[in-house]
Amino acid sequence: MKTFNFLILISAALVIGLTSCNNQGQKSSGALTANAAERTYIPPGEYDEFYGFLSGGFSGQLSVYGIPSGRLLKVIPVFSQDPEKAYGYNEETKPMLNTTHGFIPWDDTHHPDISQTNGELDGRWVFMNGNNTPRVARIDLETFETAEIIELPNSAGNHSSAFVTENTEYVIAGTRFGIPIPQKDMPIADRKGNFGASFSFLSVDQDNGEMDLSFQIRVPGFDYDLAHPGRGKSHGWYFVTTYNTEEAHTLLEVNASQNDKDFIAAINWKKAEEYIENGDFTTEATEYAHNIYDEHTHTATSTIKKEVRVLDARELPGLVYFLPTPKSPHGCDVDPTGEYIVGNGKLSADLTVHSFSKMLDAIENEKFDGEAYGIPILNFEDVLGGTVVQPGLGPLHTEFDNNGNAYTTFFISSEVVKWKVGTWEILDRKPTYYSVGHLSIPGGNSQKPWGKYMVAMNKITKDRYLPTGPEMNHSAQLYDITGDKMELLLDFPTIGEPHYASMIPADMIMSKSKKIYKLAENEHPHATTNDGDVRIERDGNNVHIYMTMIRSHLNPDNIEGIKVGDKVYFHITNLEQDFDVPHGFAMMGANNSELLIMPGQTETMVWEPKKVGIWPFYCTDFCSALHQEMQGLIRVSPADSDVELSWSLGE
Amino acid sequence: MIIGAALLIGLFVFPLWNIRLGAPQYPDPLGMNIHINKLAGEEEFDIQNIDGLNHYIGMQTLPKEGEMWEFEVFPYVVGIMIGLGILIGILGFLAKVGPGWFLGWFILMSVLGILGVYDFNIWLTDYGSNLDPHAIMKLTHPDGTPMTYKPPLFGYQKMLNFDVYSYPSTGGYMMFVGMALTFVSFFVGRKEWAKN
Repeated sequence: MKTFNFLILISAALVIGLTSCNNQGQKSSGALTANAAERTYIPPGEYDEFYGFLSGGFSGQLSVYGIPSGRLLKVIPVFSQDPEKAYGYNEETKPMLNTTHGFIPWDDTHHPDISQTNGELDGRWVFMNGNNTPRVARIDLETFETAEIIELPNSAGNHSSAFVTENTEYVIAGTRFGIPIPQKDMPIADRKGNFGASFSFLSVDQDNGEMDLSFQIRVPGFDYDLAHPGRGKSHGWYFVTTYNTEEAHTLLEVNASQNDKDFIAAINWKKAEEYIENGDFTTEATEYAHNIYDEHTHTATSTIKKEVRVLDARELPGLVYFLPTPKSPHGCDVDPTGEYIVGNGKLSADLTVHSFSKMLDAIENEKFDGEAYGIPILNFEDVLGGTVVQPGLGPLHTEFDNNGNAYTTFFISSEVVKWKVGTWEILDRKPTYYSVGHLSIPGGNSQKPWGKYMVAMNKITKDRYLPTGPEMNHSAQLYDITGDKMELLLDFPTIGEPHYASMIPADMIMSKSKKIYKLAENEHPHATTNDGDVRIERDGNNVHIYMTMIRSHLNPDNIEGIKVGDKVYFHITNLEQDFDVPHGFAMMGANNSELLIMPGQTETMVWEPKKVGIWPFYCTDFCSALHQEMQGLIRVSPADSDVELSWSLGE
Repeated sequence: MIIGAALLIGLFVFPLWNIRLGAPQYPDPLGMNIHINKLAGEEEFDIQNIDGLNHYIGMQTLPKEGEMWEFEVFPYVVGIMIGLGILIGILGFLAKVGPGWFLGWFILMSVLGILGVYDFNIWLTDYGSNLDPHAIMKLTHPDGTPMTYKPPLFGYQKMLNFDVYSYPSTGGYMMFVGMALTFVSFFVGRKEWAKN
């Protein structure tokens, strides 16, 4: 009996223990408000209020989410090959990934930025940097496809990039790593004083979005981190954080963290335009690839360009000034008025905010505190606009809402802190799960934030979802920021590692989204826009098959006369003109991906048959009730065979 | 009378009739506008997409320009009726002809209209039931008779997975209002005629 009572006691204790654990568990998921589900629930068939464009980090892509639901709408291939869509696999898009280092099937995407007009997001294009082999891409928001990629010479680690000026005059792309410019064979230990870095100004054609490397500004060989163009009163300037002003070349985690202050470089690009106009530039020989995808030929071309105009900030006065900023700043953010420049000193306990008008005053009155490589260093106290005191640990990035508030992420203390611009007072703090990097507010990096939601992009996921082994998707969190206090609404997994996101009201772009490509406008040189033009042509070992596809057959579907050793080009046109009726194409034994061809589009696959026999091909996208019948056969004969080339459908 | 007949001019601009096909996978329905001189898709590629769907069940493709005599003749018929109506209206206004002419025009137009509908129905029946014997899908009713696909002349019908709606369109409504006006003008005219 006694034993029995004892057992009851133990069970009771266990139950109490478990319950209290449970309570703690709920607390740690952010004290969810009761109707959070309602506020993120988009009923079937209805649309989200915002598009969110999240970079893919090491996935090299751009993912499109609906906000507030957190639903994944599309992954747009940008710098990485994508076998699902044949991007970088078909003949049309291979040139998109061409560089002066040859074909590169991958990159590391960081900062998507939506084009602007008058300092407001306008939803024409998204620009995004490739960090590893420096490139900038432009994504078209009518097709949601990558339309252009331009390589950046004299640059390494394209991190402080790609940010648009307030009328999309330029996309500005800064380097991350100092390197020898021009590149040369030299001892690494001689880095200090012998490296340089570049800021690339890509002008944007306002009609078609095409970028052109207008000029570069050469700066000292520090490392550069993040950047933001000025806006409103500071329009014409560009601000970028530096680290490793120590110019260390090894064990940077210690050696680049010695200086009490690094810099925010303020670059006067209007002044740069004057210097260009006056001819004060040098034209340097270099090499970079410029790749453009033409929506009418459905084909990309890659051109290697050979020179660049350079302005040297170490010699041209008034081009660049350094604003001392404590402790290896990461994010560099400008408030909607353009007055305040926030330096997120990631090893600092405080958040430093510079004043643009004080900066202009300090420049005018030459309140300098020395110089670095001929570039004036402004006196810290004379440019300081304010300090947010002890907001958290490890500030990384700040954005703004439409009520004069700022939101800063803190990586080390894993939280978002809301503070008032101007009074520097801390208003609220909410934990993130876990270790947040960047955050995003619709329009939060422009002159016109829409506010409403904030998405925190976390670096560490751990236990937020069902476990999937050691590797898992990163996590993002959605907060409602309409009230005095931020409210956590939703967790959602992301693709790759989003380093930043740009969000815009859906109604600004959804009506422009294309449904099909018009066959009548198809200018692909190998298009077959009607069945009468279906044919096969042999040119030595090259065989060109001009094929069409429509529900539910491929024309031709019987092909003979192909030989081992041939190089077979399938030029396939989807004759459909109906929304969401793509057809896929797969060839057994082809050493690449499928094709996925949109209505009205032409794509080309290359297949080099190696084995004699009869080999099937088929449609991979379930297109109709007779999709399974959408298939064909190719007879491959020995190399010395004299089987005539022939093709047919339905005979 | 003049306004009534003139309203028929709308038929040269706006479609007479509209047939719309909606299905779960067609949240934006496919639509076909029937004009007096042509068939046109509501959206650029609707006709092509209707043909694309219909080929599964062996239906003929929709007639293109020049493939149906009706589209050549109807514009003349309607044009002549408009001219005639306006002429009668003017003569009536000048008291040269009596209101009986108004009624005469209305009756003639109604007869032509009924003939038009009769002809349209014959075409719909042929279009919906004269099927390709090699059709991919040959469906039968539960009683074993082959299924046909004649769209409704007027109103709604469920056909396989499609909801089919067939109603007059802007031009058609303008014609009805116009014809009603001519009919009313007969009574008004008769009153005026009697007074004088």
